[in-house]
Amino acid sequence: MPLLILSAAAAALAGSITVNATVVEEAVVNDVAVMEGMPRTLSEYGFFWDAAEQNPAHNVLNYELNTPLYSDGADKLRFIYLPEGEKLGAHGEGLLEFPVGSAIIKTFTFGEGDDRRLIETRVLLHRADGWTALPYRWNEEQTDAKLALAGARIPMTRPDGEEISYRIPNKNQCKTCHSKDGEVIPIGPKARNLSGEWLAQTVSEGLLDVMPAGADALPHWDERDGAETSSLARAYLDVNCAHCHQPGGGASNSGLDLRWEQDDLAKLGIRKPPVAAGRGAGGHKVSIAPGAPDTSILVYRMSSTEAGVAMPELGRSTNDDDGIAVVRKWIEEMPAS
Amino acid sequence: MIRLTVAALALCSAAPLLADTHTISPGEGAQERLQEALILAEPGDEVVLEAGRYTLSDGLSLDVDGVTLRGAGMNASILDFTNQAGSGEGLLVTSDNVTLRDFAVENAKGDGIKSKGADQIVYHALRVEWTGGPKASNGAYGIYPVEASNILVQDSYVRGASDAGIYVGQSENIIVRRNSVVENVAGIEIENSNHAEVTENLATKNTGGILVFDLPGLPKVGGGDVLVARNAVIDNNTDNFAPEGNIVASVPSGTGVMIMANTKVQVLDNALINNSTSHVMMIAYTQPYTDERFQPRPVQVEVRGNVYGSGGNAPDFAGGDVIASMMGGSLPPILTDGLHENLGRGDNVPILTLGLTEVGQPFTEAQPSLLRAAPITSTWTNDPVELPAEMEARIR
Repeated sequence: MPLLILSAAAAALAGSITVNATVVEEAVVNDVAVMEGMPRTLSEYGFFWDAAEQNPAHNVLNYELNTPLYSDGADKLRFIYLPEGEKLGAHGEGLLEFPVGSAIIKTFTFGEGDDRRLIETRVLLHRADGWTALPYRWNEEQTDAKLALAGARIPMTRPDGEEISYRIPNKNQCKTCHSKDGEVIPIGPKARNLSGEWLAQTVSEGLLDVMPAGADALPHWDERDGAETSSLARAYLDVNCAHCHQPGGGASNSGLDLRWEQDDLAKLGIRKPPVAAGRGAGGHKVSIAPGAPDTSILVYRMSSTEAGVAMPELGRSTNDDDGIAVVRKWIEEMPAS
Repeated sequence: MIRLTVAALALCSAAPLLADTHTISPGEGAQERLQEALILAEPGDEVVLEAGRYTLSDGLSLDVDGVTLRGAGMNASILDFTNQAGSGEGLLVTSDNVTLRDFAVENAKGDGIKSKGADQIVYHALRVEWTGGPKASNGAYGIYPVEASNILVQDSYVRGASDAGIYVGQSENIIVRRNSVVENVAGIEIENSNHAEVTENLATKNTGGILVFDLPGLPKVGGGDVLVARNAVIDNNTDNFAPEGNIVASVPSGTGVMIMANTKVQVLDNALINNSTSHVMMIAYTQPYTDERFQPRPVQVEVRGNVYGSGGNAPDFAGGDVIASMMGGSLPPILTDGLHENLGRGDNVPILTLGLTEVGQPFTEAQPSLLRAAPITSTWTNDPVELPAEMEARIR
């Protein structure tokens, strides 16, 4: 064991050599930190050669999603770490396959340019016994982030001036969303929600085995003007809700399945009575009442910030007005009979 | 190097596990200290809540197998969620072989304690309460195990749930015994579940005392093999305060035991007293559905050995008052919509049928009459529910 600690320390040192952004030493990720334990700080992994700037180390790739999860309006920087010589595997439109030893890193920020503040970084580590999810909270000085096993609640002012109570999830809450059939899994990097350009480039760099079929199918949320409403709404529900609302997910017992590929209207919530919604039903009788967003439980719960009513249950303390507008429009346009 | 470490770790975990006790006290930082203990606990460990009030801002969760969370008593160690800002429940358990005992959960914003997919769970001597009494703004379920096998809920107290005090959903092999459920919409509800015993509970001042339901369209349907025995079901006349949209919002105030869409249910040796609509009610599922697996009627219900007090004197459904006055002021103790199959009638009390002939037919088409004593056309016995012996041993 002492040997290990030494090597971890050495790797951490190696990661911190990169003092100056103009002359970059080759920063190397600490595989031991990825593979075991609960590193107390984000810097121990060495995912970045410049943490504050979020400049990735060797073998750490940047990626984006077509339609992202709403997280109180935070911007997100997303990275994938692949150990030297390893590559991702394509599985049709679904989740990319990650080799053991790889990691997914997501940093949540508010503000732009010099005003940008890093709030938290969540890591998903693919270990020999499965995926482990850990949350890290950035310090005031923005030099490093510290393990926040129990999560945290941070009162803050958003760039748009709104006062919010931002919640960093605890380790278990990471799993609440990232779970299928009791196992922790990634959610975001599905081929259908990744750009064709990024996938092609990753293939050409030898970091993805083949170009997946069904890639890039979800609409680009940032360019949604003019996009088809149903496609936008279904993408939104897939990304924001379906990690729990699917068979084997955290809300499987509701019988509601909001995945992109679900085409059974009742399972999607159309005219579906609630099961265990309690006051979350808001006095409404079905999840989706075609033509009537105001009497649809889905819209009611998306439009609340109150614990016990708000959906998703975790990961937001404010409403996503853009998402609500898209889902409302979709329901409005459904024929009522 | 990696391979080496993995081997070293494997060696460590092969050593005998020594169960640890992690003691948590109330006060500053309780949220983080308690949550961290629940995350870092190892299988076999106990997390102990010292007496006192724990003020919590977010839901708690446990995802480690074999952990016991124990307080100093249901009135001594209190998890207070009055100021909860996030999560859908007070405490969420997602691991197996967990024991929860001797503490209270107050005023959770959503459900009180939920366990999902948590097999062999024991809920013992807990109090889950919305302290303002019955209100539509209270959380839905007090004690809420779902999608699991082997569930024991005993010696607990639940008050104020705007859906069900103790709700067991989509599960099997269940014992709910010696609990007190007071001023909830449903006292105890067994839904889409099989092989359950609800025994020796006190269900009082709820809208409905004990419900045995099955709903279509869920991953698990086809509930049945349920024993409701030796319970005191008294004064369940609280106005229904469930938010509309939920199935229990349609339960009439004054319901003792209600059976809907289930197969093989026994209602034996209960004391059924002063429930002002009906002591025992059997109905078919009333809403449209498309689930082909679903069986909407109450089938093979046996009602025997019960003690019936006054009741049926203020029936809470449309036209109920007219029927009651026709019958001399109150409804008979047992009520069926007429859509039951093979009702095993063991008690010599009158049974009112609404005379419906088709599932989904509205109550306004009722043709009420007294049910003529029908011979039992087949008999059955429910096998007793046996939980693994180690579950019972945990709370001895």
